[in-house]
Amino acid sequence: MNAKFIELFKETLEIEEDIVNTETKFRELEQWDSLAFLSVIAMIDEEYDIVIEGNDFKKLVTVNDLIEEIGKRKA
Amino acid sequence: MNYNPFILNGKTILVTGASSGIGKSTAIECSKLGAKLIITGRNEQRLKETFELLVGNDHALLLADISEATGIDLLSDNLPQLNGVVHCAGVSKRLPLKFIKEESVSELHKINFIAPLMLTQKLYKKKLLLPESSLVYISSVASSYASIGSIMYMSSKGALNSFVKGLAFEVSTMKIRANAIQPGMILTELSPILSDDDKLKDSELYPLGRYGKPEEVAWAAIYLLSDASKWVTGSILTIDGGLTLR
Ligand SMILES: NC(=O)c1ccc[n+]([C@@H]2O[C@H](COP(=O)([O-])OP(=O)(O)OC[C@H]3O[C@@H](n4cnc5c(N)ncnc54)[C@H](OP(=O)(O)O)[C@@H]3O)[C@@H](O)[C@H]2O)c1
Repeated sequence: MNAKFIELFKETLEIEEDIVNTETKFRELEQWDSLAFLSVIAMIDEEYDIVIEGNDFKKLVTVNDLIEEIGKRKA
Repeated sequence: MNYNPFILNGKTILVTGASSGIGKSTAIECSKLGAKLIITGRNEQRLKETFELLVGNDHALLLADISEATGIDLLSDNLPQLNGVVHCAGVSKRLPLKFIKEESVSELHKINFIAPLMLTQKLYKKKLLLPESSLVYISSVASSYASIGSIMYMSSKGALNSFVKGLAFEVSTMKIRANAIQPGMILTELSPILSDDDKLKDSELYPLGRYGKPEEVAWAAIYLLSDASKWVTGSILTIDGGLTLR
């Protein structure tokens, strides 16, 4: 799940360099903006059929938080 | 002194999307001005909550999914003749260009644009719209004011605005009026994708300093339903706290 998610995440933000891992604080990425935010929400919706609403998304900080949130909701 | 050109006494008004947000507030405010309401939506419990809040008697409640032809039939088969309709049912989904699928566009346009069109056609063909009746459609400033991820929603509201103008022209021979209201952001259940913090920040972009309230749209609908607007048709009324001024 981790490797696949990181690939999807990088693709979504159009990141080519190897700069994303589970500890990455995604809001600190140079590519992070409101389009990136909506794109990550849309990607998670498309791939995992999960919609993370704004108030919940706000609490997530690292890529691992995203992965855990998906895991929690899929369980 | 009971002079009030905005009174709705004796008028029968259908409100779609009455189980939440703008539609709920519109139904309640119309009832306070004397209208007889027929409210519709899909969620029975929330629709009943609205029903309980209506002032006066003789109101009716009808459950229907108006994105389906069967829902429109079911609704129109049970309606009396109307003096006015406020179309508030609508949905929003934000998807950046790359994520848009034909299916998601169709689904969103179906409820935001095709449903009001087909329902209007049905009411018209079944002669449920009395002469001089008033049709009000809740559009959005998003019809032409861009934000990220709003392509599907914007295009559905743009289509709705054009529809209202075409419709106003066609039904004018019957002295029926059709107008749209395009609000800026109103605090309802519509947009859960933004967090409360983001909404607060965004609301500071409004010259009047805040988002709108559902009743601030309802009062505009009341103007358009009432005899005060008898010479108003085909207009698109912007209610946005000044957002689109610049
Ligand atoms: N809130 C805003 O910031 C804003 C701004 C500009 C324009 N608008 C427009 O205002 C309108 C009302 O929005 P709102 O903010 O009041 O949203 P809301 O609180 O989410 O209410 C939407 C209403 O539409 C109904 N609806 C949705 N799909 C339906 C369907 N297939 N059949 C029948 N009813 C359906 C819902 O009924 P059920 O829940 O019973 O299914 C609900 O009553 C929408 O057209 C929206 O685009 C809103």
